[in-house]
Amino acid sequence: MTGFATFVRAAHAAGHLVVQPRMGFSDPALMRAGLVATRRAHATTVGTVTLDSYTRVGDYAAVLAAAAEGTPLNGYPIVTTDDATTRHVLSDSARHGFPVQVRHGSPLPGDIVDALVALGLDATEGGPVSYCLPYSRVPLRESVTAWSRSVEAFAAAPGEPHLESFGGCMLGQLCPPSLLIALTILEGLFFRRRGIASLSLSFTQQTSAEQDAEALHALRRIAADLLHDVDHHIVVYAYMGVHPRTEAGSLALLADAARLAVRGGAARLIVKTPAEAHRIPTIAENVSSLEHAAAVARTVGPEEPAVEDSGVEAEARTLIAAVLDLHEDVGEALVRAFSAGVLDVPYCLHADNAGRSRAHVDGSGRLRWSAVGSMPIARSDQDLRPVTSGALLGYLHRVEQRYDHPVLTDGTPAAVLS
Amino acid sequence: MLNHLRDEGRRVLLCTVSSDSHTWNLVFLQLLLEEHGHDVTNLGSCTPDDLVVARCLSDRPDLLVISTVNGHGHADGKRLITKLRREPALRTLPVVIGGKLGIAGAADVDRAGELVEAGFDAVFAEGADLSGFNRFVSTARERRSLEGAAP
Repeated sequence: MTGFATFVRAAHAAGHLVVQPRMGFSDPALMRAGLVATRRAHATTVGTVTLDSYTRVGDYAAVLAAAAEGTPLNGYPIVTTDDATTRHVLSDSARHGFPVQVRHGSPLPGDIVDALVALGLDATEGGPVSYCLPYSRVPLRESVTAWSRSVEAFAAAPGEPHLESFGGCMLGQLCPPSLLIALTILEGLFFRRRGIASLSLSFTQQTSAEQDAEALHALRRIAADLLHDVDHHIVVYAYMGVHPRTEAGSLALLADAARLAVRGGAARLIVKTPAEAHRIPTIAENVSSLEHAAAVARTVGPEEPAVEDSGVEAEARTLIAAVLDLHEDVGEALVRAFSAGVLDVPYCLHADNAGRSRAHVDGSGRLRWSAVGSMPIARSDQDLRPVTSGALLGYLHRVEQRYDHPVLTDGTPAAVLS
Repeated sequence: MLNHLRDEGRRVLLCTVSSDSHTWNLVFLQLLLEEHGHDVTNLGSCTPDDLVVARCLSDRPDLLVISTVNGHGHADGKRLITKLRREPALRTLPVVIGGKLGIAGAADVDRAGELVEAGFDAVFAEGADLSGFNRFVSTARERRSLEGAAP
């Protein structure tokens, strides 16, 4: 279970896309079985231990109460579980040198990072902005302070600690790519400043394959400029918004994510399962998605097709430069940037987000700004328009409908619609 | 078509329950309510019970709308409405809850009655008609005090 960074680096050099589930179970035996099944999948995989949402918010009393009642949680409670149990969960991975990443979602990650370092784990993810603004009520400044301490502690761990920024996935959908790129790069700079020498930058598949390809190209170029002195790779997240209802639609969407990742030069892909729209997927469903994504990835040539330049890269660079101008420390610069609205995540309700930006999906499926607030982004009059509740629903369901529609109209047997 | 609903804008406090980090439902409802002429204060994700009670007491909204989709709405909603109704000043505040309230799908519909009994004025479960919700928001008036409500 060591050597996450080394493993991904070697796989990428050999032309294999690393695929990874979002798996997390509170039952240690199930968590262990999930890691074993991920390792044995017919794909180049790394393992995942996703934590439960009580641990995410530090409500350990609720974790213990659930354990006493025998109520399953939506993830593995790594902080409150005794080390011997967790070491057994990880023992198969350790024996086979299988890398494992801990995923959590916490704006105050101190206990979680302490626990995973004590267990000898060398990979986790998140970030002071990406784990604070979308899901929590914690003030951004508190999150930046907590993340500073934890990143420094993690960077001092033995081996080659690897930290992924979740900044390329803000709110999962309806965030134009320039802002996602800026946020993941800025979190990467924050990690580096606090001692991290190996990191990954994220980007989520959104509403347009062409725009996503342009964005990944831009992310690689900017990372090569600003993070050339640290080991880094790009991780793509399969679509995180409202999923197709049909299995065929869901698999087609995942296949497109795998193509996007390979062509865009990403080293790793976080998959979704068709079941995830309705419930927590089983181990077998996770393995099936991993193998499907890997099979598609093997059919895609590594060469990047020509991408358009609609200005995503220039916009991202402008945002990054505007933030870095605010303070010499990236953490303080991020706090000031949100306070001044220089960064403003559309539809994010957190009290520290200005909340004056809006985005829409245009006729070609690309995400565009409807309002930019105080961000240093050029406005295009044709784009600036209010977003209505009905239009918002349309944007949120756009991908679901596009991928389900061909299946529902071409006579596919009803059996796949379950 | 919307005109008959626009005659009186209400001051609406919008929130979710303490365990629910989802926000797209809150973003959608804010836009919808504003389009119908209401003045919306959106408290965002994971709203703690005490914050909701405090803001109801300080803001004195015409109406409280609670939207939740994480499947804990029955348990969390019942606890929240009990705390709200314990405040003498909030016994008659119109309060509505809606969204995906449980994890059992259709079987949850039967449980709407429990929520009304606990003190909600209306319950709009998953799949409910939006026009019914809009009508409720525009016409809800202070409810009569709960029978048998504490002293």
